Amino acid sequence: MKTELAPRTKVLVYGLMCVLLIPFVFPTWWMVTSSVKPISQIFAFPPDIIPRSFDFTTYGRVFELQPFAQQYWNSAYIAALVTIGTMLFSSMAGYAFARIRFPGANLLFMVVLLGLLIPSEVTIVPLFQMFLSWGMINTHWPLVLVPIFGAPSVFATFVMRQFFIALPVELEEAARVDGLGRFKIFWTIALPLARPALAAVAIFTFLHSWNLYLEPIVFLSSPDRFTLPQALTQFTDAYGGALWNVQLAAASMTALPVLIVFIIAQKQFVEGLAHTGLKG
Amino acid sequence: MTSSATSMAVREKRKRPFWTMERRDAAAGYLFIAPQLAGITLFVLIPLGLVFWYSLHEWNVLASTFRFIGTENYERLLTDRDLPRVLGATAIFSAGLVVLNMSLALLLAVLLNQKLAGITIFRTLFFSPVVVSLVAWTIVWSFLLQNNGGINGMLAAIGVEGPNWLRNPTTAMISVIVVQVFKNVGLNMILFLAALQGVPRELYEAARVDGASPFKQFRRITLPLISPTVLLTSIITIVGSLQVFAQIAVLTQGGPGISTTVLVYYLYQQAFQFHLFGYGSTLSILLFVIVAVLTFAQWQMRRKIVFYEN
Repeated sequence: MKTELAPRTKVLVYGLMCVLLIPFVFPTWWMVTSSVKPISQIFAFPPDIIPRSFDFTTYGRVFELQPFAQQYWNSAYIAALVTIGTMLFSSMAGYAFARIRFPGANLLFMVVLLGLLIPSEVTIVPLFQMFLSWGMINTHWPLVLVPIFGAPSVFATFVMRQFFIALPVELEEAARVDGLGRFKIFWTIALPLARPALAAVAIFTFLHSWNLYLEPIVFLSSPDRFTLPQALTQFTDAYGGALWNVQLAAASMTALPVLIVFIIAQKQFVEGLAHTGLKG
Repeated sequence: MTSSATSMAVREKRKRPFWTMERRDAAAGYLFIAPQLAGITLFVLIPLGLVFWYSLHEWNVLASTFRFIGTENYERLLTDRDLPRVLGATAIFSAGLVVLNMSLALLLAVLLNQKLAGITIFRTLFFSPVVVSLVAWTIVWSFLLQNNGGINGMLAAIGVEGPNWLRNPTTAMISVIVVQVFKNVGLNMILFLAALQGVPRELYEAARVDGASPFKQFRRITLPLISPTVLLTSIITIVGSLQVFAQIAVLTQGGPGISTTVLVYYLYQQAFQFHLFGYGSTLSILLFVIVAVLTFAQWQMRRKIVFYEN
């Protein structure tokens, strides 16, 4: 399909893409610009695409109304732990299923894949009961443990396995002849080569943890334990009406750092995702 | 010489250690999968068994009743007046989401596969909602979809009176679908783009020589060759659509009425708002069965849909 297009077609394609872009880009723009509009202008008619005046006090209000810094830290460290744990365990399991011959490997792989059919929404009631009996309700343990071992990590294991299957085995065999143990081979040879797949796994896992919503609202009850998605919905006035500009300021602070990291590293991001075993 | 060779072989056999290369390797294999397997057993398989066990009980957490009632909860599924509407809403939501997501992803991937200056910028922008925090994205759409919000403001500016999007059953359903599609379509778009780039160019050149129109090339070459990706992404998208919760909770709380109450949201309400863990567990089993049947059906269909497999 990669042929030079006629100039008229080019204009058409550019025009179509620009129109299609609106619902993808405008909401983010509207979130950031509305967060700095004074409350009187937030529902102005006609809408101001570019703010007329700026009011940054909403950003201070975010921290007054909620322990927002603490909530930010909660989300960040939980997502970091989940990402590291998933990368480690899923690459180990994926490597074993791809490379090592051991009795029952196929059966055990089927058991692991079963995890894909059982999203944590299905098991949320017993999970709540389990963590309740372990005294872990209103702690971050469920948000760390369940994603590292549940359905998202199974998906990660699958991606890692597909990658290792496609990876040439010669280097590792040479190392085995030299008498290197399995763990050494995995750690020093296979894993460094798996960087693209690991990047994809890291991105998926981080975003999944960062966006988690059902689990936090089930497991957490005090505001200083909340994660960001949960905290964002708490900016309301005494009657439960949304404090739109404060809420949008908090939303902007949640969304922008990840967005900026993505734009800087978008090549690795997109290519990491494209080069997983998902290609089919 | 022969005798010494035999005795050496005997000695070898006697000295042969228990931990041969194969055994050591197999042990390493088990150790490598042990954390994941233990975790899945503890946090997925045992809970699945428990959820089935709970579903056979009347269990009100507030009243702290826990009583074995056999299949009564399952009979309740059949008589639950809200459930047909919940399942209907789930079906409409999932079907709408999958159809819209897959076709938009394919269209964007084809557009992005053109040789044009600045195409990477477009790719980045179309993908960007994927990395925007889900609840932040939903909140800004909720703000935009208010009766006096940005969308109706802009419609009014060109003389159109927009509906109260989130307060009308039909437009509320359309809203939750569309918000979710724009959020996640970038993922499928990238997977399709990678698949499109894997189609050998010679095939198109040969087709052009034979006089095939661009549409025919797309139907006869592109679609068959990217069919494995289409199948895989459709499974992931359908299963993902059944898990959508935050968007519903933030945008509509299942309303107006119960018009956007999908199964996950209904399950959450029954278990954690009405404290009915027994019936909530029965709904969980229903959700599990739906996910399993859909995945299995699509997997079975792969021979019909998928033109080739690597």
